[in-house]
Amino acid sequence: MMERKSISKIAVAGLVTVLAVEAAFVVRTMAADDAKGSGKIVIDGSTTVGPIAKAFAEYYMSVNPGVTISVSESGSGNGAKALIAGSCDIASMSRFMKDAEFKAATDKGVFPVAHVVAMDGIAIAVHPSNPIAGRGLTVKQVRDIYTGKINNWSELGGPDLKIVRISRDTSSGTYETFEGLVMKNEKLAADTEYVGAQAAMRERIKSTASAIGYVGLGFLDDSIRALEIDGVYPDNNTVASGRYPVARPLFLFTNGYPALGGHVHAFVTLHLSRKGQEMVEQIGYVPVTKY
Amino acid sequence: MEVQSTTGSRVRRRAETKLCLSRRQSLVRGILGRLGHGLLFVMASSSLLAVLFIFAFIIRDAVPFFRLRGFSEFFTSPHWHPASADSPEFGALAILFDHALVTLCAAMFTVPLGIVAAVCLSDVLPFAIRQIVKPIIEILAAIPSVAFGFFALVILTPLFQNHGGNVLAGALWAVGVPVMLIVTWVLSDILSSKFKVGARKAARWTVAAVLAGIQVALLVYLGGKLSSLVIVSGTNALNVSLVLGIMALPTVVSVSEDALTAVGRELREGSYALGATRAETLVKVVMPAAGSGLFAAAILGIMRAFGETMVVWMAAGNSARIPSPWYNILQPVRTLTATIAGEMGETDQTYGAAHYHSLFAMALCLLIVSFLCNFAAEWFVRRTHKRMGKLAK
Repeated sequence: MMERKSISKIAVAGLVTVLAVEAAFVVRTMAADDAKGSGKIVIDGSTTVGPIAKAFAEYYMSVNPGVTISVSESGSGNGAKALIAGSCDIASMSRFMKDAEFKAATDKGVFPVAHVVAMDGIAIAVHPSNPIAGRGLTVKQVRDIYTGKINNWSELGGPDLKIVRISRDTSSGTYETFEGLVMKNEKLAADTEYVGAQAAMRERIKSTASAIGYVGLGFLDDSIRALEIDGVYPDNNTVASGRYPVARPLFLFTNGYPALGGHVHAFVTLHLSRKGQEMVEQIGYVPVTKY
Repeated sequence: MEVQSTTGSRVRRRAETKLCLSRRQSLVRGILGRLGHGLLFVMASSSLLAVLFIFAFIIRDAVPFFRLRGFSEFFTSPHWHPASADSPEFGALAILFDHALVTLCAAMFTVPLGIVAAVCLSDVLPFAIRQIVKPIIEILAAIPSVAFGFFALVILTPLFQNHGGNVLAGALWAVGVPVMLIVTWVLSDILSSKFKVGARKAARWTVAAVLAGIQVALLVYLGGKLSSLVIVSGTNALNVSLVLGIMALPTVVSVSEDALTAVGRELREGSYALGATRAETLVKVVMPAAGSGLFAAAILGIMRAFGETMVVWMAAGNSARIPSPWYNILQPVRTLTATIAGEMGETDQTYGAAHYHSLFAMALCLLIVSFLCNFAAEWFVRRTHKRMGKLAK
């Protein structure tokens, strides 16, 4: 009996402590909410826009210490879903919202507003050893490769190697942009390989002599070679001016235009500042401003 | 005398008050007991409930797909273009086939290797070494699957692409030489036993030399063919099968080693006492006695490979088609698990309904197959137990 009594005493004491701590916490958070300059922003969506959102979030939190910003990268489609469900404040998307998504949003009383934070060129890339790298391709040739009409690099004047076609997975925004701008909604050949991330794509192209794939401009480095498409090489100037054919804007979507002067408003207009432009450039995307 | 009896009764009375609970106490204890029972029951049934809920929800979301598109396309067409805007196709045959292929290849790799390793651990290696080696093998199970996937993508894939033929030839030699030695040894023994005693030794050596010659020639021929092979894409069925095999290895080794150890000394010593060699004891006594355990180990290992997602998603290439010819494991493949993981992000119940529900149809296929396998394993193990029981009688 003694033992049981002491245990229950301890339990009661523990409960009281927990309650006390919890109460203190609640009081503190309530106080913090009241204080000016604090807040919480939840961002979800594209893995392509993710680096921008993260860099902006880091910068914004360092300038406004009271604000917490969480950035998830679960894909453009999931970002739209989260915005529609009301589980995020900003959806980062590498494509515009689809009709169906817009409809689902308005049905739930959510009115998506797009903010273009940067431009992204999708570079069609091959292994550096591929002689095609010096010559470039047309959009039609790229499409023929991916539909399976062209199966060997020799058909394009390259080495006698079977082409390994690599695509991003169908749930990525990069895939959708590629499908829309290059494939014109034709179906990819059945033996196309799919990878789940930009870095994985770069890894596959880097290690495969006969590979062709596509990555965002921000993920280009010396280990793979971007192709000229229709005679235009993907770089900041050609993408920003719209001459490079495989380019797209990157979006942040909010529910309605954010309240002026609020944190969300400040966040979605950050890219218009000089600091924002620097960050966008640093990550490897093309800024929409020219300071 | 009297004094003693009174002290005795007093003691008895005190004992009775201690043993008998008051009404209140017994009520409290009864309630507490019921509460404990209830709590344990809820906890035990929660896992069962979870399984039931998973089944119910997956069926609920899979049924609309079959209602929308019917059964025949899903199971007979190899064309998987669910995201196509104007003419989506939902043929999962290629994906189902690829999944089976990868699982089978992983099983062919992991089951023999795992069981041989378990035999080695339980009956061949000294006890002290076993105590060190077994935990090391079990550490393999603790490595996260994404690490295995990374290994497959960054190390194995370029290796296959750049030195694929030589790697395969090397593997052939590594497996072929020991097999060749054993075959030569056993066959020459059997064949030469028909000769007279005087000529037996010479006959044995000649037979062995001829057999070894034939086999070396075969190995050289096959090795040459393999090493001239060019693997176009390193992310293929073989790559993931190997990695899945390695991932399933600790399960197979650990469970079958336990089964082999559980056979006990008596059977082994009985066998030795009857004059059996160590090999005969292992093959004819210990392994049959541990049969059901070994079978369970194999099924558990195969299930591990069957349900794995991350590795296949990263390193199988994810081409939704049946390799041509169908046994060509050097081509990229796509499994059910990878398809679900890769495509779930973009679909939603409110739009693109068929695509969303098609993924649940795939999940249902996975669930049904793994349940059937588990039931088969259970049934087999029980049957073996029954038979062993009869034998013992």
